[in-house]
Amino acid sequence: MNDVVRQFRDFFVSLKLTVVLLVLGMILVFGATLDQTNLGIWGIQTKWFRSFIVLQEIRGFPVPVFPGGYFIGGLLLINLITAHVYRFRLAWKKSGIVLTHVGLIILLIGELLTGILQDDYSMRLVQGEPKNYSDSYRENELAIIDTTNPEFDDVVAIPEPLLEKGGTLQHAKLPFKVVVREFNPNANIRGRAPATAPAGASEPPTIATQGVGPNAVMTPLRMTYKQDERNLPAAYIELVTPERSLGTWLVSADTRMPDQTVEHNGHTYIIALRFTRHYKPYTLTLQKFSHDRYAGTEIPKNFSSQIHLMTPDGRDDRDVLIYMNNPLRYAGLTFYQASFEPGNDKVTVLQVVRNPGWLMPYVACSLISLGLLIQFFIHLSGFFGKRRLAVPAAA
Amino acid sequence: MKKILPLLVLAVAVLYVGKSLLPPKNTGPFDLVGFGQLPLLANGRIKPIDTEARSSLLRFQGRQRVSSPLLSGNLVGSPTEWMLDVIFRPEKADTYPTFAIDNPDLLALMGKKDEDLKVNYTSTAKQVLALVGFIPSRHRRFALTEIWPHRATIQEQARLAEPVENAIRTPFQRAVMQLYLNLVHYQRLQHAFVMPGRENFLNELLTFQEKVPAGVAAVKAKQAGQPHDEAAVTPMIEMGEMFGAMSTVSNFGVIPPDGNNTDPTAWKTTGAALLETFQTNQVNPAALAYAGLSRSWRQEQPEQFNKLIELYRAGLETRFGPQLEKARAEARFNHAEPFYLSMEFYGIAFFVAIFSWLKWPDTLGRSAFWLVAVAWVLSTAGILARMWLEGRPPVTNLYSSALFVGWGSVGLCLVLEYFYRNAVGSVAAGVVGFATLLVAHHLSLSGDTLEMMRAVLDSNFWLATHVVVVTAGYSATFLAGFLALIYIVRGVFTRSLDKATADSLGRMVYGIVCFATLFSFVGTVLGGIWADQSWGRFWGWDPKENGALLIVIWNAIILHARWGGMVRQRGLMILAVGGNIVTSWSWFGTNMLGVGLHSYGFTDAAFVALAGFVASQLAMIALACVPLEKWRSFQTRTVRKLPEPAYAK
Repeated sequence: MNDVVRQFRDFFVSLKLTVVLLVLGMILVFGATLDQTNLGIWGIQTKWFRSFIVLQEIRGFPVPVFPGGYFIGGLLLINLITAHVYRFRLAWKKSGIVLTHVGLIILLIGELLTGILQDDYSMRLVQGEPKNYSDSYRENELAIIDTTNPEFDDVVAIPEPLLEKGGTLQHAKLPFKVVVREFNPNANIRGRAPATAPAGASEPPTIATQGVGPNAVMTPLRMTYKQDERNLPAAYIELVTPERSLGTWLVSADTRMPDQTVEHNGHTYIIALRFTRHYKPYTLTLQKFSHDRYAGTEIPKNFSSQIHLMTPDGRDDRDVLIYMNNPLRYAGLTFYQASFEPGNDKVTVLQVVRNPGWLMPYVACSLISLGLLIQFFIHLSGFFGKRRLAVPAAA
Repeated sequence: MKKILPLLVLAVAVLYVGKSLLPPKNTGPFDLVGFGQLPLLANGRIKPIDTEARSSLLRFQGRQRVSSPLLSGNLVGSPTEWMLDVIFRPEKADTYPTFAIDNPDLLALMGKKDEDLKVNYTSTAKQVLALVGFIPSRHRRFALTEIWPHRATIQEQARLAEPVENAIRTPFQRAVMQLYLNLVHYQRLQHAFVMPGRENFLNELLTFQEKVPAGVAAVKAKQAGQPHDEAAVTPMIEMGEMFGAMSTVSNFGVIPPDGNNTDPTAWKTTGAALLETFQTNQVNPAALAYAGLSRSWRQEQPEQFNKLIELYRAGLETRFGPQLEKARAEARFNHAEPFYLSMEFYGIAFFVAIFSWLKWPDTLGRSAFWLVAVAWVLSTAGILARMWLEGRPPVTNLYSSALFVGWGSVGLCLVLEYFYRNAVGSVAAGVVGFATLLVAHHLSLSGDTLEMMRAVLDSNFWLATHVVVVTAGYSATFLAGFLALIYIVRGVFTRSLDKATADSLGRMVYGIVCFATLFSFVGTVLGGIWADQSWGRFWGWDPKENGALLIVIWNAIILHARWGGMVRQRGLMILAVGGNIVTSWSWFGTNMLGVGLHSYGFTDAAFVALAGFVASQLAMIALACVPLEKWRSFQTRTVRKLPEPAYAK
C-alpha cells in the first residue's frame, strides 16, 4: 500500500475525524436553530441541512459560511463505514458498539432519504364537501382551466418558479401565450376606493384590464418565514393570441379571490393563481369536526375530525376518525389533525405527509438502543466486578 | 457522639418533615384552613381556593407572603387570608403592596421617582442592613390604590404592546403587559364570589329574591307595552346589570352545578348563577353561602363564618365528594411545601458535605448523606403527590421538568455516594438539588403549576416515556457537569484532590456520561417516534428536538474523545462542564427562541439567568485550563520534585 493511500485510509478511519465531524455537526445544528428566527423551520432545512455548503446572504451575495448537512453527514457516514470495516472484529464485547454504529448508519441514510423524498401538504376540508387533492404549503401555481366540457376540467398548471422568471410562456394546450407582466412573491390585495372618492385618496395605478383587477390594488409585502404564515404571491398576467391581447388579469393566491374567467373561441377558461395541488385517487369528506376546550379556559383539550374516505372503484368506503396523536395512514400518506379555523367548526385543516423512508428511523433506533443497552450493561457488570474484587483487597 | 451524630441528624430531619405533614391549624377564630380547602374551577380543573391564592400571589409579586419592607411581621397570616380580604374586603386588600413592578420606565410612567422608591428605615441597624443588601432598600411591590390612578395609562400602553409578538416585545412592553394582565386577574378574583364594594351583598340578594317574581312580571309587561310598576322594574335592571358584569369580568367557576349534576367541568361563575335567578326565582344557595361568608368576614363573626363553611361543605359532599377530598389534599400539599423544605435540606447537606472534606469525613459525610436522602424522599413524595393530583406522568411542563431533573440527579448522587462514600455525591446532590428547586421556584411564578395539557401533548404514554427519559438524560448530563466542577474547584483551590479522589471522580463522570448518552439518545428517539406517530414525521428540526440532539452529540463527543485518547482526566472534566452549557441551552434556551412546536414556556428573567449560568460555566472551563502545576492539589508534588501525576493530564 503506498503512502498516499495509507494516509487517506488513516484519515477516514480515525476517531479524531469522528470527533471533529461531531463538533462541526453540533455547530451546524446550533446555527440552524438560531437561524430559525429569521428563516423559519422550512427555510433552514434547505439552507443548513439539505446542502453541501451553507450559503449566507451577505449584502445580496451568497457567501459560504459553513459546511452543510450533506457534507458533514456524508463524511460522517464514510468515516463510520470505513472505520468499522477496517477495525471490525467479531467479539461479544464489541457487539454493542457495532450494533449502535450500524444503527447510526441507517439513521443517517434514512434522514438523507427523508430530505429527498419527504413532502407535506395541507388539506382544508369543509363539512360535506368531498375533496380529492391537497395543497402545497409553500409552492404555488398558475392554473388555467378549460371548463368548456361539463364532464371534466382540462388544467394547465404553471409552477411559481416559471412565473418568477417572468417573460412569455407558451403551452401546447393553450391557444394563447401567457405573459407575466409583474410578479410579487408575497402581496396583499384589497379593493380599490371608488373613483368618486374625495381627492387626496389617490390610489396606485393598475395595469389590469379584465376581471377583478381594475377594482383592486396590489401592494407588495416582505416575504414571511414564520411557521404559521405563508407567502401569498400575486401577478399581473396578460393573455395574448397571435391576433390580439385578450387583456390583463390580476391573480393572487389569496383564497378570497373570486374565480376569473376568460372566453376565447367558444372555450371558457378559469385563470387562477393557487396553492399547488396534489391530486389523489380518492376523496375525503369531512363529516364532523369537534374542538373541545378545558372548562373556563381557551386551552384546547382535543380536536378531532370524523372523515369519510372513498375511492372511485369503491374498494374503500369507510369512516375514519383523525385526532391528536392518531393520524390516518393511507396509501403511503399520513393525514394528521394540524389546525382549525377559529370560530368555524365546519372546517378542519389536515396536514398530509409523504415520507417513504418512515420505517428506517425505527429500525435504526431499535439497533442503536439495543447496542447502547448491551454496552451499558457490559460496563456496569465490569464496574461491579471490579468493586467486588476491590473490596476484599481494601479490607 | 461522633458515632450517633449521623443518626441524630437523620432523626431531626425526619421529625422536621413529619411536622410539615401535620394538618394545618387555624391561628385565629376563623376557619381559614377550611375556607382554603373549598373547591373552585379554574384553568380547567377543580382546585382548592388555597392554590388559587398562592399561585395568584406568586404571579403578582413572586412570593407567597404579603408584607412590606417597613413592617417586621406580615400583613396577613396566610395566602387564604389574603384571598379573603381580596374577595370580601377589597378596600383593605387594595392597600396591600402585592404588585411587583421593577421596570424603571413603567415606574416612571406611574410617577415613581427614585426618592419615592427608597425605603426609609428608622432604625440605624436596618439602614446599615439595607445598605449592604440584606434587606430591601427600594420598594418594588405596590398596592392597587397606588396603581389605580394610572390605570388609563397602563391600559393604553398595554393596548399598544398587545399586538407585538411576545418574543420581540421590549422589556417595557413586557412589564406593561404583565402588570395589565395581573390587574385583570385581580379583578377576576374580586368579582369571583360577590360583587366587590357592597357593604352587605347578602341582604341585597335576599331582598332581590323577594322582589324577583313581581319584578320579572313588571319587566315583561313593560316589554309588551302594558301597564306596569316602574318601581319594580328598576331594581331588576340594576341587579341584572350587576350580575352580568360579574359574569363577564370573572371566569372562576365557584358555583357548583344544580341538582344532581356531578360534572366537575360544569361549575359556573357566580355572575352566571345569579343571572339564573330571573328564571328560577331562587338565588343559588352556593352564591348565598358565599355572600353570607362575605358578611361574616366583614362583620368579624367567626362562629357564623365557620358554620357556613361546614354547611356548604356538607351540601357538596354527596355530589362532589372525591373533588372535595382532592381539594383538601391539595391544600394540605400546598401547606406542607415539600419542595421548599427539600431545598433547605439540600442547602444544609451541601455545607455539611463540604465541611466533611476538612474534618470528620466519616461522621459528617454520613450526616450529609442522610440529609440528602431525606430531602430526596421528600421530593419523591412531592412529585408523586403532584402526579396523583394531576393524574399525569411526572413531567408535564417546565416547572415539573425542573423538579424531575433535580430528582433524577440527586437519585444518581445517592447511588454514587452509596458506593464511593467520599461525600462527592452529597456535595453534587446539594448543589444540583438546591439549584433545580430554585429554578422550579422561579418557574412557578407564572401561575398554577398543575396546568392542563394542550391537546397535542395530551398523551400519557408519550409523556411517561419520551419526556421522562429525556429529562433523565438532562439530569445525568448535569450531574456529570457538576461532578466535574467539584473536580476543578477542589483541584485548583484546595489540596484535597488526591489521586484516589481524582480517579474516583474520573470514573464517576465517565459512568454518568455513559448513562447520560443512553438516556438522552433513547429519549430523543422516543420523541421522534411520538412525532412520527402523531405528525407523520420522525424529525422536524424543531429547536427543542435540535436541543436534545445537541446533548446526544455532545455526550458522544465526550465518549469518543476519551476512547480515542484525545482527552484524559482533566479534558474529560472540561468537556463534562461543557455538557452543562449544552443542557441548559436545550432545556431553556430553545424555549426562548419563540419558534417551534415546543416553545411553551418563555420568561424574560430566565434569559439573564441562562446567560449568567453559561458565563459561569465558561469561566470554570477557563479555570480548568490553567496549567496543572498551578493547581493547588498538584502543586505540592511539584514542589517536592516528584514527577507530575500522569493521571491528571
